[in-house]
Amino acid sequence: MADMKIGAYICKGCGLGERLDCDELETIAKRDGKAQVARQHDFLCSADGLKTIQADIDNEGVNRVMIAACSRRAKSEAFNFDGVTISRANLREGVIWIRPDDDELRETTQEMAADYVRMGCAEAKYSTPPASAQEKGTNDTVLVVGGGITGMTAALEVARTGYPVHLVEKTGELGGAAAKMWKDVPRHSPYTDPVDTEVARLAAAIEADNRITVHLNSTITKTSGAPGRFSADISTESGNTVTENFGAIIQASGATPYDANQLPELSYGKSKDVVDRVELEQLAIAANGGPIKRPSDGKEVKKVTFIQCAGQRSDKEGHLNYCSGDCCLTSIKQAMYFKDQNPEIETEILFDDLRTPGAPGEDFYRSGQDKMITFRKGQVSEVVAGDGGPRVRFKDLILDEDLEEEADLVVLATGMVPNSGVDIDNVPQNEPGEWEVNVDSILNLNYRQGKDLPHLKYGFNDSHFICFPYETRRTGIYTCGPVRRPMDTQQAIEDATGAALKAIQALESAKIGRAAHPRSGDLSYPIFRKEGCTQCKRCTVECPFGAIDEDEKRYPLFNESRCRRCGTCMGACPVRVISFENYSVDTVGQQIKNCDIPEEFDEKPRILVLACENDAYPALDMAAQQGNSYSQWARVIPVRCLGSVNTIWITDALNSGYDGIVLMGCQKGDNYQCHFVKGSEMAHTRMSKIDDTLQTLNLEKERVATYEVAITDIDRAPQLINEMAETVNQIGLSPFKF
Amino acid sequence: MSYNQDMIEKYRGNFLKEVTDNVEEGDWVKMCMQCGVCSGSCPLGPHWEHPPQEIFMMIRANKREEVLESTSMWMCTSCYNCIARCPRGLPITHIMHGLATYSQRLGLAPQNQPTQKFANLFWKNLVKKGRVNELKLGLSLYFMNGFGEGIKTSLKMKDIGLNMLKTKRMSPMEYFGGHGCKDIKGLHAILKKAEELENARIGKSGS
Amino acid sequence: MAKKSYSFYPGCSSQKAASSSNYQVSVDTMCKELDIELNEIPDWNCCSASIGYAGGGELPRLALSARNMALSEQAHGDQDIVATCAACWLATKETQERLHDDQGLLAETNQALAEAGLKLKNDKKIRHMVEVLIEDIGYQELGSHVKKPLEGLKIAGYVGCQTNRPFGIDGESFENPKYLDKMIETVGAEACDNYEKKVSCCGGALAFSEPEKSQALIKDIIESAYDNGADMIVTPCPVCQMNTEVYQDQINAKYGTKFKLPVVYYSTLLSVAYGKSAKEAALDGQIIRAKQLEDIAGK
Repeated sequence: MADMKIGAYICKGCGLGERLDCDELETIAKRDGKAQVARQHDFLCSADGLKTIQADIDNEGVNRVMIAACSRRAKSEAFNFDGVTISRANLREGVIWIRPDDDELRETTQEMAADYVRMGCAEAKYSTPPASAQEKGTNDTVLVVGGGITGMTAALEVARTGYPVHLVEKTGELGGAAAKMWKDVPRHSPYTDPVDTEVARLAAAIEADNRITVHLNSTITKTSGAPGRFSADISTESGNTVTENFGAIIQASGATPYDANQLPELSYGKSKDVVDRVELEQLAIAANGGPIKRPSDGKEVKKVTFIQCAGQRSDKEGHLNYCSGDCCLTSIKQAMYFKDQNPEIETEILFDDLRTPGAPGEDFYRSGQDKMITFRKGQVSEVVAGDGGPRVRFKDLILDEDLEEEADLVVLATGMVPNSGVDIDNVPQNEPGEWEVNVDSILNLNYRQGKDLPHLKYGFNDSHFICFPYETRRTGIYTCGPVRRPMDTQQAIEDATGAALKAIQALESAKIGRAAHPRSGDLSYPIFRKEGCTQCKRCTVECPFGAIDEDEKRYPLFNESRCRRCGTCMGACPVRVISFENYSVDTVGQQIKNCDIPEEFDEKPRILVLACENDAYPALDMAAQQGNSYSQWARVIPVRCLGSVNTIWITDALNSGYDGIVLMGCQKGDNYQCHFVKGSEMAHTRMSKIDDTLQTLNLEKERVATYEVAITDIDRAPQLINEMAETVNQIGLSPFKF
Repeated sequence: MSYNQDMIEKYRGNFLKEVTDNVEEGDWVKMCMQCGVCSGSCPLGPHWEHPPQEIFMMIRANKREEVLESTSMWMCTSCYNCIARCPRGLPITHIMHGLATYSQRLGLAPQNQPTQKFANLFWKNLVKKGRVNELKLGLSLYFMNGFGEGIKTSLKMKDIGLNMLKTKRMSPMEYFGGHGCKDIKGLHAILKKAEELENARIGKSGS
Repeated sequence: MAKKSYSFYPGCSSQKAASSSNYQVSVDTMCKELDIELNEIPDWNCCSASIGYAGGGELPRLALSARNMALSEQAHGDQDIVATCAACWLATKETQERLHDDQGLLAETNQALAEAGLKLKNDKKIRHMVEVLIEDIGYQELGSHVKKPLEGLKIAGYVGCQTNRPFGIDGESFENPKYLDKMIETVGAEACDNYEKKVSCCGGALAFSEPEKSQALIKDIIESAYDNGADMIVTPCPVCQMNTEVYQDQINAKYGTKFKLPVVYYSTLLSVAYGKSAKEAALDGQIIRAKQLEDIAGK
């Protein structure tokens, strides 16, 4: 790296010039910030302003640009210069908008601005322009695991985009669950009648596509590597193994039908004429469009009753807690098998809540009604095996009657259980790679944290239902279809398309050494100083994305392209040997140290706010936009994730005389909103142990507070800062001022 | 065999089909999704033996006599709130009217149901001269339960009647003749033909 | 504004010495002022209202309205049909819709009409007088005729059911139609903005057959008007008007209330605001006298 040269640019637009003494700020940038170049501009984000900065980069050798203007969230495209670091002192949202325009308050407002200029210069001084990651995987073949509708669609979508695909299917043929269906719910308008499953069409398309290699009767026996350089062992039942390299992986391992043997109260297993949804499909296939016959005696079915939510949406032992999402549509479809063949057949669907999601949903339901399927809101208590046929006991919830009805055939609308492999978070792990499990792994990852993708809820593999579909907690490996969440084939097809695009994004990002998501395009990556490492394993265990393995000497082994750049490892490291070029213990630590701490008799407290840049920092910006205000004593520093907060920052801040510290991260727990899944949770755990530090320093524990803040907390976030100001006011200033 | 017997024979336990075929707007009944908005929106909701949502379910559950003999449908005030609010767009008001009419045709309508009586009085009154004679309609209403009851009701309604007379919104002269259509013969011929056509459609002979 | 002409369907209750004959008087007054010409459909018949279903069934009932429409086409071929009564409007409009959607029913209807030498094309609009006022005349024009603004009056606009559902007035919501409030404001009075019972049912024809149940509904409608500080109720429907006006004494006797709230038609309000006499505005048709309107009309 050439000599460091800081250029500080102070904007006077948006009212900054009127509210602040910009001459003084320029002096501070030069004197305290050691900026070799410092300039003021009336309108910094204008073409002329940007030209000024670019000219200094080109002619003056400025390579650390410190922009003292608006929030880093504003004008980020304008203030974007190649080959230099960019620091932003937030004088607009962080100072003049969040503070009242009042002559008496001018002094403290100016102090805020001055501190942010010092902090911006300090950050600049300790940053280096990030070069892309060293590790660059270049493979662009995609591995698709699972040959059902989802996997076939994913393979075709990837192949049509021009990338080669290997499709691995455990059984001897493609098609998965859909291949066992007589017909499927329609995927296109008009949503009126059951349609062909299209398994054959998809299989033929795969056959015809020379970019797709199919491995039947095969499973994945080992997966290693990272995006752009995955390696997978594909083994046949007979034990033949081939090793292939991949850029990204799509897991479409689907779901297994719920075992209806767990429903003896519904006479499954007791009466042959009580079948589950899969068996009904077999009966329909056997009938081949003719009358469907019941299993016990081959009599043509004249009355069929469907029981919705069988063993589902229930807290009972052995039942599924969740709704499988497709059973209502499936039962409507299956009832049509009967009605379309003979409208005189009595078909009754007993439901509690009829749920028909997706595009066909409501129309298909209406079509079922139009075909005179009887929909009845009824709670089934029991099915009794009888001589004539199974008898269904239920309570009609509309008529408020307990009833018993005989049917020729009873169909249990059972749910789906995801094929998600080993639940690595709940399996005791003695040594890395040594688990006691009784579930077959799907991917057999050789990752430090476990063989399969972490589960999110109810055993489904996902990372976040709403914000980050397909993105599992393993970069470069994407799930789609019912392994991700319960869904029908139509949704699985859409899902497969989404996952295909994600896979391509991951392998293309890996090629150029950039983060795939959510910090798309980020060139920084974790740099590890091995000599200081104590092999404590915190980073390898706590990385939410399993990006860090261990080498043979038990040192952490970073896989850059698996990394999401959240910095949770940096926050975890007790000896501070992990950093990013533009985000490190120093870039933040020096900002904390370069804030001016007034002497005790000045009676000007300082409150450090470490705010997650994803939600809390925007919330504070928006608070400013809306004319909210918070204490003039606050100094806010954005962090990539609260998980990246190293406790040394807290200790240093307390030691250097800050009076209070507020940490703001995203919602944690089951319904987390943390962009890095576990970061906020990790930070909360760490901060719960900060009391010891405070005790050692003989400080009140109220001086450090950690909060979950949502992006919508526009009123609450400033209030939390003000509460800390009030706390400091009550318990007095820190004795650690000098 | 009676019309009722005919229909029982014809539909044999498929009341939904019977309703679909023979009740005005009855083909909509199967489309009800049991949300209950109709029942909750009805101004006389609490007075229905079985609110509309329940009626629709009873039809599917083959509770033929319970539905047709019910006083429920006769509670409809024709406010159209259920129609306006039904998320499935069912013409519920018309279905209720249709069910009521059908139950009457089958001879199953409840005896002495006041709205049923009034509705028939109203029809007879208007058919007679082509226009409603409010005075006669009112009097026939008061006396629909016999002479003694009629006197009592008339006394109770006396003040209202006097008020109407005072404001010239009623005239005793209406009792003698009153308003009417000139081409009453033509009107009657139209109605007769319409009734014939409708009966043919629903398999009902004569009237 | 040029004269506007319509084929007019008055309906049974607006005939001389019938229950809403006062409505007709004020409508005539209002139309004269606004240069609206109403050409009565010759030899029109009853629409059977919504209570005629049990005796009539479907086709005979539709045939009644179809006859009126056919007569209108014959006599005033190019004119829209206008009704002042909510039930008349609704029954006719419903017939039009049903026969439009079901060609089989239309054929049968014409078969029946042929018995009297009539034929229905079913191509003219069926409109309520309120639609004529709002759509063809407009609030501005309605306001420009006001000579005596009804200042100081607070009025509850009771829209009721059948002018509101299922067809309603274009652009208005079923749950909170605003046109009556706008009319009240157009004539210089104050509307009760939060009149909760604005679109509640008065019991309709069941006021006759189920008086107790209906009067319970009517009581709430009047009470809510009082609660909102109304001096009177205004309504576009003869059944609403009659039900909410004539039973107040009986309700008082049963519930111990002291209701004495005048209920007038929009046409009465407009006529008074247009400076017409109490007689022209049909204020003499009020069983509960609208004293405040009489005072304004008498000035």
